[in-house]
Amino acid sequence: MAKINGDLNKERERCSFNISELTILMDGGPEKTKERRERENIMISKKNFYDGIPEEYLSYKEKYEQAVKKSVIVFGLVRRLQEEGKTTIHNYRDVLANLLRASDVSTGFPLALHYIMFMPAIINQGTKEQQAQWLPRAWDCNIIGSYAQTELGHGTFIRGLETTATYDPISEEFVLNSPTLTSYKWWGGGLGQTANYSIVVAQLYTKGECHGVHSFIVQVRDEESHMPLPGIKIGDIGSKFALNGINNGFLGFDHYRIPRNQMLMKHAQVLEDGTYVKSRNSKLNYGAMVFVRVVIAFDMVNYLSKAVTIAVRYSAVRRQCQRKAGEPESQILDYLTQQHKLFPALAACYAMKITASKLWDTFNTVNEELLAGNLERLPEIHALACCLKAISTSDTASFIETCRLACGGHGYMHSSNLPSTYGNAVAACTYEGDNTVLLLQTARFLAKTWQEIENDGGKLTPTVEYLRTAKVRGYSHKWVNSVENIVYGFQVVCMRKIATCVQDMQRRVASGLTFEDAWNLSSVQLVAAAEAHCRVIILSTFSSEIRGMTETTSPELKQVLNQVVELYSVYWALERLSDLLQYTTINQKDVDSLRVWYEELLAQLRPNAVGLVDAFDLKDEMLQSTLGSYDGRAYERLMEEALKSPLNAEPVNHTFHKYLKPFLRGKL
Amino acid sequence: MSAKINEDLIRERKNCTFDVQELIHIIDGGEENTMQRKQVENFVLNQKELWDDVPEEYLSHKERYENAIKKASFILNWFREFNRNNIENSDLRAPSKIYSIQEGIFRNINPLLIHIGLFWTPLKNQASAEQQAEWLKPDSKMIGTYAQTELGHGSYLKGIETTATFDPQTDEFILNSPQITSYKWWPGGLGKTANSCLVMAQLYINGTCHGLHLFLVQIRDYETHEPLPGIAVGEIGPKMGFNTADNGFLGFDNYRIPRTNLLMRNVQVLRDGTYVKPKHSKLTYESMVLTRVTLITDLGFQLSRAATIAVRYSAVRHQSQIKSNEPECQILDFVTQQHKLFISIASSHALRVIGLWMWNTHKKVTADIQKGNMDELPELHALACCLKAICSRDAVCLVEQCRLSCGGNGYLMSSNLPQIYANTTAAIIYEGEYTVLLLQTARYLIKSWKSATEHKALPPNVAYLADFIERRYGQWQNSPEGIIRGFKAVAAGKTKTAYDTLQRYLKNGREREEAWNLTSVQLIIASEAYARSLLCDVFWRETKQLSTTVSRNLATVLEQLAELYLVYWALEKHGDLLLYSTISRDDIDALQERYEELLALIRPNAVGLVDAFDIRDEVLCSTLGAYDGRVYERLMEEASKSPLNTEVVNESFHKYMRPVLMKNKL
Repeated sequence: MAKINGDLNKERERCSFNISELTILMDGGPEKTKERRERENIMISKKNFYDGIPEEYLSYKEKYEQAVKKSVIVFGLVRRLQEEGKTTIHNYRDVLANLLRASDVSTGFPLALHYIMFMPAIINQGTKEQQAQWLPRAWDCNIIGSYAQTELGHGTFIRGLETTATYDPISEEFVLNSPTLTSYKWWGGGLGQTANYSIVVAQLYTKGECHGVHSFIVQVRDEESHMPLPGIKIGDIGSKFALNGINNGFLGFDHYRIPRNQMLMKHAQVLEDGTYVKSRNSKLNYGAMVFVRVVIAFDMVNYLSKAVTIAVRYSAVRRQCQRKAGEPESQILDYLTQQHKLFPALAACYAMKITASKLWDTFNTVNEELLAGNLERLPEIHALACCLKAISTSDTASFIETCRLACGGHGYMHSSNLPSTYGNAVAACTYEGDNTVLLLQTARFLAKTWQEIENDGGKLTPTVEYLRTAKVRGYSHKWVNSVENIVYGFQVVCMRKIATCVQDMQRRVASGLTFEDAWNLSSVQLVAAAEAHCRVIILSTFSSEIRGMTETTSPELKQVLNQVVELYSVYWALERLSDLLQYTTINQKDVDSLRVWYEELLAQLRPNAVGLVDAFDLKDEMLQSTLGSYDGRAYERLMEEALKSPLNAEPVNHTFHKYLKPFLRGKL
Repeated sequence: MSAKINEDLIRERKNCTFDVQELIHIIDGGEENTMQRKQVENFVLNQKELWDDVPEEYLSHKERYENAIKKASFILNWFREFNRNNIENSDLRAPSKIYSIQEGIFRNINPLLIHIGLFWTPLKNQASAEQQAEWLKPDSKMIGTYAQTELGHGSYLKGIETTATFDPQTDEFILNSPQITSYKWWPGGLGKTANSCLVMAQLYINGTCHGLHLFLVQIRDYETHEPLPGIAVGEIGPKMGFNTADNGFLGFDNYRIPRTNLLMRNVQVLRDGTYVKPKHSKLTYESMVLTRVTLITDLGFQLSRAATIAVRYSAVRHQSQIKSNEPECQILDFVTQQHKLFISIASSHALRVIGLWMWNTHKKVTADIQKGNMDELPELHALACCLKAICSRDAVCLVEQCRLSCGGNGYLMSSNLPQIYANTTAAIIYEGEYTVLLLQTARYLIKSWKSATEHKALPPNVAYLADFIERRYGQWQNSPEGIIRGFKAVAAGKTKTAYDTLQRYLKNGREREEAWNLTSVQLIIASEAYARSLLCDVFWRETKQLSTTVSRNLATVLEQLAELYLVYWALEKHGDLLLYSTISRDDIDALQERYEELLALIRPNAVGLVDAFDIRDEVLCSTLGAYDGRVYERLMEEASKSPLNTEVVNESFHKYMRPVLMKNKL
């Protein structure tokens, strides 16, 4: 290991708590930490994975080819683990998550959807026979699958999808067709040039009747030659903001036929004669969506932890301006404005990780209830997953940008890895449900709950019980600056917001508008109400979980984690001061002392900032950042990376003689 | 236009209540300017040399640079001709003369932009008459750039490490980069393009440091373009945006230049090493201010590009039913979508208006400076700092909001929204980092607050501080003027709070710098509030004035936009208003209602309003935003240009996937 930057050494020396205690606590125990590190090390030890010209110098096509090459290394590892009995079809997601976390490929993996969407779709929606037919081949990578749902003209509104699958009872086949340009499948990862199969979501027609969207397994390329099959139009959708190795594709069908048994029939069936047998429970599919959205929240924690690690370490290394004449320039981490940018983001990593873990556990419980036929908590969990996905992605995206901008000009360099981290994370604001649409889904649940409360209707599910409590208790007592009270303040804000929305809508309906128009007119406020609900959930979960978790930790760690909880709560109280001022009794004096408390917390966290990011345990290979490496050799690494530029491989670029010189001589 | 125009857009344009052409002329600053802009556009966009076969985003880093240099050479050549014939004597940096056409050609940036802007301007302003006579010859072989920032030093100029030491023996300066952090880092065009460079370095004479000075340095041979001995130069590598410009690094190993290469209009080093001080140390501020002022106008333009794309796409895109049984509706009909987009249209105008206002203020102050009156320079500097900061932040956030409002398709490069974001976001940092600039303004505000409490006369733009002290704000009124008064009260209140905090720390025995640091988050908030009150005030005032000179329908629309801007920000900051004005909760509900009304009023004119930005398809460069609204056709056409689609099977299948991954195949 090269020499470590003196400032970072000092920071680590004065950290008040044991860093690995925190790492283990967040992993969920020493065995979990050990297991995670083992998997990461398998990846990191693959030196050929990290070789070659950095991808940002490559052309678009070369980026794709490199991504395929790297995918093959990663998924080759999955198979090796499988052969060694270290992973099975039931736990491969965990293994994969660790490997992917360790293999920072900012362009993404064209084979990822095979594991993340194609196989799970067969597992969740296929019959036993279908699983037996397809899963072994998919698991062995004999076939490579993608997932095609979104169309060129249709995203969020699934009922609007245009691709049709019409059953032909004579040949016992489905005829897939893309009637218009807007009906082309668009976005499927790996669909362009990589996959030879895909799950296709299409409108099912049988006996002249449309039964809505269903999933089909469709072969798109020849297994030997990889040529597109007749009747299939397929290709790449082009360059994107980021994730340019994923090979997102388009797919069109010209009366393309597949056998009847390639419709995934666990929930609904089409019999040989074309009779449609309805799904036992159409809501079961919600379960999978909830699952995906919680996984996204974990992804966000991963992205944000990277960005915060990079920005905090760089801020400890970077020196700028003298605060006092005669002293050396100070570490920028000593500036209150810098702490104000970075520490809330740092706290958010812990808050989101803990909330997502808690939701994950709740979801598993509910899922068991679901499988037992009890659907009572599904709407609640669905509403929760929707807003958590929306808020975790949008908070992460904006905190990453704050971290990037906090690194000044160098944060704009690709080699900092901050631009790609942002580009990758911000995509999640849109995929798997656009954030505005998701928040409106949560709002729908809240509005319904509120009407039940007003009608005094029975029992409420646990995560919204507070609405009734807040309604009964109101907010007339004196404001107190404490975490509990901030949480209660947010509960009142959400209650008042949703109450106002429902009231507005009722007024509008009474004045002759349809409910749908009234909903649309109130939608800006409804989005705000759903956001407030999510803040309540995150703040209350974070503070109560930390309280529980720190019962058995060392007092030093307990102290710093309490500071993190307080900082996170006070930060959001100040960010949403408008709402608190409108709906609670907080006054000018409270606000002033809240601000003082906030500034004190920044100062308290300052000495532990580097320790808190070290605890994320992100190795340099995972960070891939000139600014954020463990040793803090930021300037040396910036120069080393720059020297890899192919433009620097030759002293004079040929365009000088070809264009610039003639221009200067007026001979162009 | 030959191709068919999308039906929704035709209907939108029919429903527009004002004359789009009239607004175009206003935005351009007069009909004549519109004609001149179109003339340039027609000329440049018809040059086949500038057309790309393969879109730039598919090229490798190196190919991008080479392609850009090719185009930049042609463009510069034509501009040289064009300027000679047309606009030789006009001010190229004036807001109405910014030909943003280059945005369409480079998508990113012209690698020779720094040569035009940041190299020649300081030469003209800071070189002596003799130096100019020698360097500014028409047959100059110089391609220049401007090198200030270093690997380890940015905002804090005093920390710059590059040294220029006078050697009286040879009558030369010796330039040196003592360590890795002192390498120049970032200048556009420095890596491979420039052969000359203005270098900012610490001047040493006889062991005394005289601070930062500017030197003209040749770094490459004029004929061979090889770096000269003692020079280490190269490019710094890929960035989030601007990848067509070869931002570079530059290090000196005791590199010698003649004494006369110090820019000597304001300072001099004589043959014997005598240092002659500048008369006014503040003079160098002036060019920084100008750059920030022109940046505001440019940011407004970038935002109007994003708004044009997002609004047109939202008129074409249909999604979800508001009511079942009805066809899917235009997403522009969703109030949440209007909430995301209309503020972007309004802010494009706000930035344009404040940019123009600052330009005129700057002109006036510069004229005074010429007459020896420097009184208004500190205020101008404070204004430019906070407005540059806030305008860049607003533009960046709104560009990204526009991008996200286009859903997945806004993530495609062919929408051009990712590039607009990547290029715009750099403006938060360059030419003065956001936080640093706001703290500069805060210094001015704290000083002004102190003057106000001592009842001293205040410059007009901070007169509101005295009003606050005298409690002249009175009762809240839900009107544009009321909102502006409210924002002034907020700005004053925040300044007061920060001032009191600062005083408290000082009283508790903290040193001044430490107290300042401890108060800095509040100081930033105070500067932000000041900038917002300025934006609201100027935008509304100028719009009211303009309304009296335009047709009635247009006046109505422009006032709606300005009011939307005010109400939007009042709602965003209603907590501040609750703290510092007498606004009530009922007033806030009424504002919310007014806001929703305004969205509905603007809705029918949304497409007309972005049409009035009059950004040609070739400059917009967007599959989603083209005038004809053929969104899906263009998306597919652009996708087909992907080099991956020119072959049916990519070689990586046979090379990697088949043999390695699918080897178990039966």
